[in-house]
Formats: sequence, structure tokens, C-alpha cells
Amino acid sequence: MSDYNFAYLDEQTKRMIRRAILKGLAIPGYQVPFASREMPMPYGWGTGGVQVSAAVLTPDDTFKVIDQGADDTTNAVSIRRFFEKTAGVAVTEATAEASVIQTRHRIPEEVLRADQILVYQVPIPEPLRFLEPSEVETRKMHSLEEYGLMHVKLYEDISQHGAIATSYAYPVKVEGRYVMDPSPIPKFDNPKLEMAAIQLFGAGREQRIYAVPPYAKVVSLDFEDFPFEASKADHACDLCGAEDSYLDELIVDDAGGRLFMCSDTDYCSTRRKAGHVGAQGVPLGEDAA
Amino acid sequence: MYVAVKGGERAIDAAHAWLAEERRGDASVAELSVPQIREQLKLAVNRVMAEGSLYDPDLAALAIKQSRGDLIEAIFLIRAYRTTLPRFGGSVPIDTGAMTCDRRVSATFKDAPGGQMLGPTFDYTHRLLDFKLAAEGEVPAAAEVEAGTAQTPHIMSFLDREGLIQPETDSDTTPPDLTRTPLELPATRDLRLQALARGDEGFILGMAYSTQRGYARNHAFVAELRIGTVAVEMDIPELGFAIEIGEIDVTECETVNQFQGSKTQPPQFTRGYGLVFGMSERKAISMALVDRALRWKELGEDNLGAPAQDEEFVLYHADNIQATGFLEHIKLPHYVDFQSELELIRKLRREAEANNAAPSESAGASGGNLSGKMKEGAAE
Amino acid sequence: MQTDALTGGFADAPIDAAHAFRRIMQVMAQPGRIETVTGGTPPAPLSQAGGIVLLTLCDPETPVFLAPSRDTKAVRDWITFHTGAPFCGPEEASFAVGTWEELNGLPFPIGTAEYPDRSTTLIVECDRLSQDGATLRGPGIKDTATLSLPERAAFQANAKLFPLGLDHIFTAGDQVAALPRTTKVS
Repeated sequence: MSDYNFAYLDEQTKRMIRRAILKGLAIPGYQVPFASREMPMPYGWGTGGVQVSAAVLTPDDTFKVIDQGADDTTNAVSIRRFFEKTAGVAVTEATAEASVIQTRHRIPEEVLRADQILVYQVPIPEPLRFLEPSEVETRKMHSLEEYGLMHVKLYEDISQHGAIATSYAYPVKVEGRYVMDPSPIPKFDNPKLEMAAIQLFGAGREQRIYAVPPYAKVVSLDFEDFPFEASKADHACDLCGAEDSYLDELIVDDAGGRLFMCSDTDYCSTRRKAGHVGAQGVPLGEDAA
Repeated sequence: MYVAVKGGERAIDAAHAWLAEERRGDASVAELSVPQIREQLKLAVNRVMAEGSLYDPDLAALAIKQSRGDLIEAIFLIRAYRTTLPRFGGSVPIDTGAMTCDRRVSATFKDAPGGQMLGPTFDYTHRLLDFKLAAEGEVPAAAEVEAGTAQTPHIMSFLDREGLIQPETDSDTTPPDLTRTPLELPATRDLRLQALARGDEGFILGMAYSTQRGYARNHAFVAELRIGTVAVEMDIPELGFAIEIGEIDVTECETVNQFQGSKTQPPQFTRGYGLVFGMSERKAISMALVDRALRWKELGEDNLGAPAQDEEFVLYHADNIQATGFLEHIKLPHYVDFQSELELIRKLRREAEANNAAPSESAGASGGNLSGKMKEGAAE
Repeated sequence: MQTDALTGGFADAPIDAAHAFRRIMQVMAQPGRIETVTGGTPPAPLSQAGGIVLLTLCDPETPVFLAPSRDTKAVRDWITFHTGAPFCGPEEASFAVGTWEELNGLPFPIGTAEYPDRSTTLIVECDRLSQDGATLRGPGIKDTATLSLPERAAFQANAKLFPLGLDHIFTAGDQVAALPRTTKVS
């Protein structure tokens, strides 16, 4: 790939993205418009995250990509290969070894450190979009801190269902000012949004970058009598026995039998390597086909 | 015992190999060459250049070959390549008045200087399958005439001279570029035209058609449709003047639309404009109609709530690369989010069933005394 | 243009800029943190770090304001050659370079309610940077941090403008630190 610049993007594009990242960090939760480029992968497939990663990576980095918490999902493989080729970075599946992690739909279970950067792929950055389709209107609402519409939506959920009917992409308020879409992570992950690592959010098609600096205050919207609740399947991981991780539910036989396993594949295999065994698991290594 | 599914890397490699084989098709049939596509599928090449925003027939033909004829995929290949190209500068505006026309028709005047010229059009062909083409027959040469040396004036200039058409003034400002600056609303007309020129032909066609059927109808006449070759010139600062760097084929459509007027201003016709790379007249006419519909505000018309009048709606949804990417991304795994929905719906159903079993215990639908007071994540 | 203007840029722009940006991002994300940057040598009186910030972030799309002490022919030529950034007054500046005494109080844009990002980033040239002096609280800071700020009152007033306001990158020698508008200074 010597025909292409380091990390694919040209320097002027990287500078433009870098300036947007700095403003994003300076105004936590505010969506900074940026002139997203056409990338060699489709819009909606992580082009925002890819552009942010390209602007952030150095050749010294160790890069990890997850989709649904897993390193081996096809789109994660594809993005990881892209940066292996274009930036020559080392890659890893181990969360602890990664300096930059690009993710779609999950925050790793392992607590991230101050020297790590988490880059989110964001499909629709505007938390108010499904309540108000017009960008002109939602921009006005953010400027006036007019979040009543969101309030009403959550309130209506409660009167109809007895609970807030949002289970992922659950809106948060950052530093008491901007309501922000944390990307479609399950609300189980919301409490982790207050972390030591730098969090960068890239939405390529919608041309927005936003950020949450380390330790910034991130509060999931809720009501005094209906407090936010991070939820997961009421099971332990059937492979590693973890009771604190977000679980995928698999249908394993024609009778509809279920199996629950960690969505974070690195977390699960690290536990299994350490000898933890779940109800349907075996110690790691014995299942190598 | 359960063995976790892995193999993303292998699956991708296998899929790519299979795709390459399918692209080639039956190896006993001769392979298509890029020049064959460029010369014989020229309208496909034109569309890929127009919506790919890159005038290069060879690359467009290559993209069509690589994409197995999927034109949106080919446009995507061209866009992704285009974005990596360095920019040497901007051309001076092309002069379509100086166009060497292959086709030029006006629906508003029976004849005008420069004449009407049908050119290589499908119009008036009877749409009967030509089975001779299946036998790879050579075609007889078409009759030739000497090209005129005189310039072909724009039909609109005659209306302009009479003051019958709303004037467009030259502006020396550099137009914005939505591939370099994020789209901001309200958009200026030049930015809208850029978005329409890059927009999906089918989408723009549908929008234009909707105005004809009454959704913000603006009574368009095709004042002129011209297709031909124009020179592209670029200012070279070291030389101090512009030099011709090449020629491109374009299609230009100018529509004359229902007139406007007020107590202070006598009525005038208004215009819509379309300009597209290559021979792409369906797109150019559609573009002119949608351009005209989007001008309601500047021309003092009412917003009728028609889709084609809604700039945000049109500009945010016209790009087929954005649209197809986002549309197709829903086939990517979403099982984490789906899982969270599964858990929520199971929980809500459990609670609803419990409430139904003991209706007296549920105080209202919410099952609780909802204060409606929202907690705020105060920074302090 | 002197030949000096042609030297002192990044030797390997993609790689040098990537390293420099990471440091700049880290200090902006963690107010009070001090990092060193390398890879560029601007003409005096511009500090090495000040020059590298310009190399990393500026180009023809970012108008730069030079305060009198930094507004020399050598500095202008160097910035023009290496970044292509146009020069401007404070009102149009994306970036501004100078000492705190020069920059403080100038009419820089602080962003608009709908676009608070459209504000100037000040590159404040300092004699030294150290982790003492003013106490910092806010996003990016676990409990508190300290940084040798040139003063307190102006930064306190700037934070009150949030979400509008100016963002600051402090430079001294090869060191950088930063103070975004969110940081509360005491």
C-alpha cells in the first residue's frame, strides 16, 4: 500500500480531523462538524471511527478492533487489516495490550487505563434525531439546552410500559450540558462511560466527531422515581462463568436451547485461560478443533 | 460443550476469492476489456463519472468492470479513489455557450439560432429489442455533416435580453465544496447544485417527477438541453493567464418556469438549472426541476411542504453512497443491541403479565407514582 | 524568503505530525499534564513547541494571528512555507500565537451558541511550564491538577462562558500543556 499515505488519509484531512478532535475534547459531548471523507469502506460500516483512528494512530501503537465485543467479527477483521496494511501498526486482541481500541457497539469489560484511547463507530450521532428528524431543529435545541423532547419521550415510555423502553444507545448528559448519544452500546455499558481513557466518537456519514475526556461526568438520563438501571441477561457466562459481563444469547439446538456467553471475547478467553469454567464450558485449549 | 464460532478472517478471504471468480463469469466467454466498456457502455460510464464526481472515462470503465456492473458500487470505487487525489487548483468556469454540441433541443421555440439538433438520442427509437445486436452485427456509418464553426447561443439569452427571465448575476466568489466542508443548512444554491449533480439519478428523478405531479409544481419547460464538448481551462499563476488543460463532455439543461411578479415588479419567468458530466440528460433535466423547486424561498414562494422543496430532506438523502452504506450496514451483526432489546421486552412482558394477574396492585399504567422530575447530571 | 524558512519543518511529516498530535491531544484531554514534542525547529522567537503545534494543526484552512512579539518576517516566512496558513487579525483567527500579555483581552471569536467549536485556540508562549501554581478541576482531571498559569482571573472568566470560550495550548521550549474552556481554575 505504498501508494497511500501513512494511515491512508492525506495530511490535510488528518489535520482537519485532529482540529475537530481537540475541539471535541474541549467541549465534551458537543458534536463537532467535520468534512468526512469517502473512505474505501461503506458509510455506516465504521468510516467515522476509521477516520478518527487514522488521525490518532502513530506507528508505535498497538491497535485492537472489536465489533459486538468480538475481535473476530468480519467487520472488525476488515478494519484491523486496513490499518495493519496502511499504518503498519501492531495489532492485538488483548484489551490490556492495546493503546488504541476501535469499537462498534461495546465498551470492553476490562477497565481501561489513562494511556488508552477508545474510538467509537457512530451511526447516528444525534441523540434527538429519532424525536426530531431535522438537523436545523436539533442543532437549535442543543444550543438552547432544550432537551424537553427527550424528557417527554422517556416519560411516555414509563407511562406506557412502566419502564424506559430504551435498551441501547441510551442517552447521556455530559458534564451537565450536552445530551449525547453514546453510540449503540447496550445500556449495560453506560456506567463505564466515566473512565480514565480518552473516548472519541466518529460518525462518518453524518460528518460529526465528539469526545469525552477522561473522568468527565457522564450521567444516563433518568427520573428520580425511575432511576437508570444497567441491565444484562440474568445468567452467568456458560463458557467462563463470569457474572459481571454482558452476555450474548445463542440458540444452540433445534429445540431452541439457549447458551449465554460473554460478548467481550477477550475478556472471556482471558478468564478461561486463567482456569475459570462456566456451566457448559471446558478449560481453554481443549476445544481447539 | 460449546465451541465458540471463529473464522472471520478465513471467511473474508474465501468470500473475496469467490467474488473474483464470479466477476469473471464463464471463462469460455471472452473477457470484457476496459476500452470495450468505455466505448460501448458509455452511458453507464457517464453516470459513474457524474455521481463519482470524477471525469475519467477509463477509470469509470474499470470501476464498472470491477463492480460487475453494479453502478452504485462503481461510483463508490471512484469516490474512494477520488478522495485520495491531491488538488492542484480549481478550473475557471466552463463556458457552455462555446460548447461543440452533439445534441441541442429546445421545447420553447420552434427554431432559434444554432438550430435544433437531435444528435445520438434514444428519443423516437421504437423500443423494440434489436435481435440483430445479439448477432454482433456491424452498424453502417451514420451520415456526417460539417460541424458549424459558429457558437450556439443559449436560448435563455434571448429571453434574458427581453428582460423576461429572472436574471442570474455572475459572482466571482469561489463556490463551496461539500466534499471539503461539512454540509451546513441553509445551503446556498451553488452548494445545492453540487449536491444534486453528485446525487443519485433515481432519487433526483423521483423528486423531479413529484414536482410534475403536483408536489410543488413549477411548470417547467425545457428551454434548452444541450450535450457536447467544452474546454476546461485553469489559471496558471506563473503564466498569469488561463490555459486549456483538456475537454470534457457535459449535459446542460435550462428550464424556464412559471413566472413571478409582484405589485412593484412586473412578472418574469424563473429558471432551473442542471449540469452533469457526460451524456446524462435524464439526470440534467431532473436536476433542473429539483433546483427550481428548492428555490422557493429566494423567489418568494410559499413552502407547500412538498418533499422537493425541503432542502434538508433532498440534500441529506440524495447521495447514493451514503444511503447504500447506511442501508446495507443493517446486515452487519447487531446482536448486542438485539440482546438488550430481548431482555427489555421479556422484562416488560413479565411485568405486564404480573400486573394483569393482580390488577388491583397496579396503580395506573406506570405502576408507580411518577413524579416526572428528571434528574440532571449537574457538572458541579 | 530566506533559506531558513525552508528548513525546520517535519522531516517525515506523516509520522512526526502523528506523534506530535498525540501529545497535544493528551494535554488537551488532561489539563495540567505536560508533554514534550519534537520534530520541528522554527525560527526564534517562536518556541520549538509553538512551531510544532502550528506544523501539526495549521494549513491553508486555518487563519493564524501572530502577536507582535512573534510577528517577524522569519516566523511568517516559516509558517507560510511549511503550513500555507494565511495571517489574519484576532477576529478571524483559528489559532493565535503570542505571550499571554499580548493575547489576553483581544477580540478572538469564542464560538456561537450553535457552533461553539468555532472559537480560537490560543498558543500561549511561556518562559516555563511546571505543575505548580493554579489548581485545576474539570473534565480530564481525576481530582485536581496544578499548572503554572500566567494568571487566574481571565481563565475563570473564560470558563464561565462555557460552552463558548477559548481553548489554550501553553508552550515553552519543547513542552506543551493545555487548558480547555471546561477547566475550572482556582
